[in-house]
Amino acid sequence: MTQILYFAWVREQIGVDAETLTLPAEATTVAALLNVLATRSLGHAAAFADRSRIRVAVDQHFARPETPITGATEIAIFPPVTGG
Amino acid sequence: MISASLQAEPFEAAAEQSALIGTCTDLGAVVSFTGLVRADDGLIALTLEHYPAMTLAQLQAIALEAAARWPGVIGRIIHRHGRLLPGAPIVLVTTAAPHRADAFAAASFLMDWLKTKAPFWKREEWADGTTRWVEAKSSDDAAADRWA
Repeated sequence: MTQILYFAWVREQIGVDAETLTLPAEATTVAALLNVLATRSLGHAAAFADRSRIRVAVDQHFARPETPITGATEIAIFPPVTGG
Repeated sequence: MISASLQAEPFEAAAEQSALIGTCTDLGAVVSFTGLVRADDGLIALTLEHYPAMTLAQLQAIALEAAARWPGVIGRIIHRHGRLLPGAPIVLVTTAAPHRADAFAAASFLMDWLKTKAPFWKREEWADGTTRWVEAKSSDDAAADRWA
């Protein structure tokens, strides 16, 4: 099982702050995971429509679309950061 | 050593600077930067959301990177989260070094990386109840990239 976390407007568009999922076999990378998650609801599809506005952390480390996610326990999905 | 803290409470920049310097007599320069909530266009509050499991570790990783690049620099980072009102302090970066160039450079580096590599998201709030998530700026990415 993998915990998926959402932050900021990604969380608001999807409507929940976390989901626990068994990842399908085809979800081997960050990009593939986003493709799978985008089919879960209209909110997911809307949130992930423009991938240039999406950032991901795998097990609390910033990741890239090609980053492998096999074995990950926590994957966070969020907009580009705006702290400081 | 550059320490990092994450907190909801306000901070006192002057007190943090004094605590950082302590009784050291080999320092010749101290730089203190405080980021404030700016009341753009009638904004009434700014809420900083963050990723609790990751944020502090990332602040510490940024501090470690600065310490590795400027070994003579000591410093302190404080980043707040939660709902903040106009004029309130958001972030503190204080650095001290034997000479000013290193203190300025490390402080500038720390702010550029805090803007682009720490998992915070700002939401603006206006008097009529509307809210808007702040968009990341390409100028912030460019500023961070100059340290690559």
